[in-house]
Parts: sequence; structure tokens; C-alpha cells
Amino acid sequence: MNAGVLPRWVVALAVAGGLFVVLPVVALALRVDWPRFVPLVTSDSARAALLLSLRTSLSATALCVLFGVPMALVLARTAFRGQRLVRSLVLLPLVLPPVVGGIALLYTFGRRGLLGSTLSAAGIDIAFSTAAVVMSQAFVALPFLVLSLEGALRSVGTRYEAVGATLGAGRWTVLRRITLPLVLPALVSGAVLSFARALGEFGATLTFAGSLEGTTRTLPLEVYLQRETDPDAAVALSLILVVVAVAVVGVAHRVRPLAGGAPAPGPARTGGLR
Amino acid sequence: MGLTFAAALTERGFDVSFELAPGETLAVLGPNGAGKSTLLNLIAGLLAPTSGRAELDGSILFDAGAGRRVLTEPRRRGVSLLAQEALLFPHLTALENVAFGPRSRGEHRAAARSRALQWLGRVGVEELARRRPAELSGGQAQRVAIARALAADPALLLLDEPLAALDVAVAPSVRALLRDVLVERSAVIVTHDPLDAFLLADRVLILDGGRIVESGATADVLTRPVTAFGARLAGLNLVLGRATTAERPADSRAGSTAGPGAGFAADNGLRVPSAGPLPTDRRLALTVRPGSVTVSRSAEAPPGTSRIETEVDDVEHRGDLVRVHAAGLAADMSPADVVALGITPGMRVFVGFRHEDASIYPL
Repeated sequence: MNAGVLPRWVVALAVAGGLFVVLPVVALALRVDWPRFVPLVTSDSARAALLLSLRTSLSATALCVLFGVPMALVLARTAFRGQRLVRSLVLLPLVLPPVVGGIALLYTFGRRGLLGSTLSAAGIDIAFSTAAVVMSQAFVALPFLVLSLEGALRSVGTRYEAVGATLGAGRWTVLRRITLPLVLPALVSGAVLSFARALGEFGATLTFAGSLEGTTRTLPLEVYLQRETDPDAAVALSLILVVVAVAVVGVAHRVRPLAGGAPAPGPARTGGLR
Repeated sequence: MGLTFAAALTERGFDVSFELAPGETLAVLGPNGAGKSTLLNLIAGLLAPTSGRAELDGSILFDAGAGRRVLTEPRRRGVSLLAQEALLFPHLTALENVAFGPRSRGEHRAAARSRALQWLGRVGVEELARRRPAELSGGQAQRVAIARALAADPALLLLDEPLAALDVAVAPSVRALLRDVLVERSAVIVTHDPLDAFLLADRVLILDGGRIVESGATADVLTRPVTAFGARLAGLNLVLGRATTAERPADSRAGSTAGPGAGFAADNGLRVPSAGPLPTDRRLALTVRPGSVTVSRSAEAPPGTSRIETEVDDVEHRGDLVRVHAAGLAADMSPADVVALGITPGMRVFVGFRHEDASIYPL
């Protein structure tokens, strides 16, 4: 490593910052009660939480792809009045405290919410159900997908699409055979980031969906609950989340663009994982 | 039939109209920002005109003006665009790239692939069918791009500087390929290289500032240019002037040996006699190759030559020649002659040429 170009104190601060991130993870790993690890993470409540988390996070990721891809396309390929404002609003969940997001969802889809009262009359109750978990997760995870995909769409540009159109391809053919394949790496890494964000969701879920075992108590909620009664179980489950997070960062960095234009999201964008 | 085109795009100061007969190839030349790419994008449908109308083989490409606005989608225009960069879809193989057009027009997979393979053979890269664009050289990629553009069976092929991004070593063979495939095909080729125009095009259109400044058969435009840009493309000196009818005795300053009869009086003071009569009611152009222009320090003009006293504006090194600019003329000289005469900018010299090396024609 050649650090000769930088003042030493800059390097020292960088090392301190790196340790600040890595050390707690190491401390967590050291604290794991390895002989009891397998029983701890396979207890009934742990398994229920783990399976619920996987199910809801995958559903939330599917929702993010379903709505996020069209959103990114509209933001990157069209121009309309107020587009910048719309983009800022779409990215809001990224900076909003998740608890606030949960409250907002509650007052939209809750029993007395904006839409919830109508839904309730139709016999649909969302709040405090598994559906509410998925919605909380999708709410906070959607910007990750939109952000990474929109950036990729912009850097790929429209030249290949124009060529496709002059070759006689219709809009759907251009989208299916040119645009989406070109940004597929960014779509994959965006989806992986969304999945990770959904898996780690805590605040919005607790507020909007509550913490009912097997229905809305996801892994992070289980960790928080176990922390009071069985710290060893909390640590063991935390380690699982850490492993998943590390795997996600690895995947998001490995996926490289095809066209040489779309940058894979860097550490700055993966920094929001919780 | 063929292409009729008339369009204005106000915000770019673009206003051009022309026609293209079926099977004809038109070269569009002009300086940067002249509107060449605007022209192609308007035909391809990647830009919309403020007003104007264009038809290709009887179907409307666009028709815009007061109260009407018809814009045919790019994919329904029957126009293929071949750009400077091959722009092959990076996620598809060469074969899939070429098959893209036929597939998009609803051909079945097998038929599209066999057509694509035929075209790859036609452009000489059949063996590269399974390669991805990243594994192709610049020349190979451009050959595949040509095959892709033609496999879509366009009624009109647009080429935007198709050879500009290629190695000098590769360009000639791709140019020969284009010459081969453009026969009997309607095409518009934007280029900055007069060689492309000479070899590929039947007609030439020179744009400047969004307007047509010259047009005509390639040979005419490039041998008898009427604008400074056209002359530069053709590698000629262009001097504008008028006909003289009065007999003028040779005067020492203009150094003319003009005999009796009509002659050419250039705006820069140069006088050249003409073998035949010249129209007196029109501006005239005189062209002469830089290689035929001589620079000397002697005022005495040998018989059959004209010269003018002037100041050297600039001396420019061009490979094994030196180009001397003076009195609006460029003269190519050997470095030895330049040194022998001691030519430097600002120096007083006489520049001239033999009358038989110049051609004079009305604008």
C-alpha cells in the first residue's frame, strides 16, 4: 500500500473509522456462545422469525422490483414538470426515521387511516398483519432499487434504444430486449440491496405491524425481544443478520455493468443497511 | 418515389430541403455544427421538426406545420441508422445483433437467424457470429453493424460518419464494403472526408449553419466548388472575382501577362486571362491546386503565368511539405525551397500560378 501521498493524520483517522465499523462486528462474533449456537438459532421462536423474515423480505423485494423498475424508467426516460420534486419525494424513505414511516403507513392503511377505513369496510385489515410487514419493508427498501436502477439507466444512455427503434423494434421490444438487459446488473444489485434493507427493517415494522410471533415478529424484532431475556440468543441471531449483510455487500460489489457505463452502487449506497 | 425532405428546426437554425431518387446515395458534408446530424436525426425520427414534410417511397415520415403534426415513429419509417460507433448491443452476440431487426419485424427465430448469417457472410465476418461485441475489433464491429442495419431491410440507410472511428488501416476495406452494399440502395451518408463522397456518393450536399450552401453531382461539387468549405474539401484554392472585358496592359503591381480579350479579375487583385469569353453579369470563381501555386521573390512573371505581390500570412508544416498562406492562396512548397527563399510570416513575396493550372467558372 502506498500511503505516502496522504498526510499521516488522514490515514490515522481513516484507520480509526474503519475500526469503528469493524470492531463491533468482531465483538459480536467473539460474544457468540458457539456450543449453543445451533440450538439457539433453531428454537421455535427463532425459526418462526427467520422464516417470516425470509418470506416477507422476498415479497417486499418482489414488490420493489414490480414498482421500482417502472418508477426508475419513468424518472430516467421521461421529462415532466416537477420531476425533481417527485424524485426527492420517492427517495424520502431513505432519510426518514423508519418509525415515522411506520406511523405514516398506519395513518394511511390503518383501520382509521386515509385508505384503511375504506379497506376496512371492504373487510380488508392490513395493519398488524404479515401484509403490513411486507409493506413496511417495501416502503423503506424501494428507494434503494429506484436509486441504483435510475443511475444505471442514465449512464447507459438512450443510444442503444434509438438504434433498436430504427431497426423496427416497438417500445416493449426495446424495453425487453435492450433496456432491461443492459441495466440487469444494476437491477440485480438494487434488488439485493432492497432485500437486505427489508430484512433489517425494524422501526416501521414495529409501528405498523406490531410484534406478533409467527405473524409480524421478524428477525430484528426477535433479536430486540430476546436481548432482554436471552442475550445469547440475541447475539446468535444477530450473527445471522451480519452474515447475510456481508454476503449482500459482496454480491452488490461483484455485479459489474455489461455496457461499461453503469457503475455498480458503491459503498456510499450500501451504507444504509440496517 | 424516393425521399423528399423539407424541414425547419427553429431552435437550431436548421432549414433544409432536398430530394433523393431511389437507389441514389447522397453525401452530406459540412463543418462541425452545420446541421449534418440534425438532418439524419430528423429523417430517422429521433428529432421532430418545427415545420416541414418528408416522404419516403410515398409514406409520410413527418408532416408538421400550422395545425398539423404527423410524426411517424422511428420504427415504422423503414430507415436504418449506422453511426460512427458500431453501437452493437453489448449483451447480444454478433448474430443476435444482426437478427434483431428481422426479429423485431416479426420474423421467426430460425428465419431471422439464417438471414442474419447471410448478412454476416456478405460483410465478411461470418465466422464471428457467436462473438460478443466486446470480443470484436473496431473494424469487425462496424462490419457487423453494417450487416445489422441492412438486415432490417431499410428503404433508406443513414450513415453518420461510418468510418471516422476506425483505424486508418481498417477504414479502406470497410469503405470498399460500403461501396459494394450501397449500390442501388437509397442512402444518406454524413462525412467529413471528401474521399467518402467521391467513392460512395452520387450527389453531394454541403451544409453550413443549418442551410445548404452547395449541392450537385459529386464530381461537379468537388471539382468546381463555389464555397470556401467546398474548396477546402476538394483540396483547392478558391478565389472569387469578376470578368474583365477591357484590355489591360500588364501593370507591374498585379504582374499580369493578360493579353487582349476577356479575363478574370480576382478580388485580391490577381488577374488571369481566359481562353474563352466569360459572363460579365455574374461573380466568377477560380480554383487552383496548392501544389500548382508558386512563391517567389521576383516580380517578373514568366509568360503564361500570373502573380501578385503580397505578404506571407502563415507558414504551416504538413508532413514533408510546407504550406505557405498568402493573399488568400495556399502554396505547397518543399522545405528546401522555403529555406532557400527564407520565407517567414510577414515577408513580402510574389505568389502566382500558370494559367493552364487554374480553372475559371461562373458561380
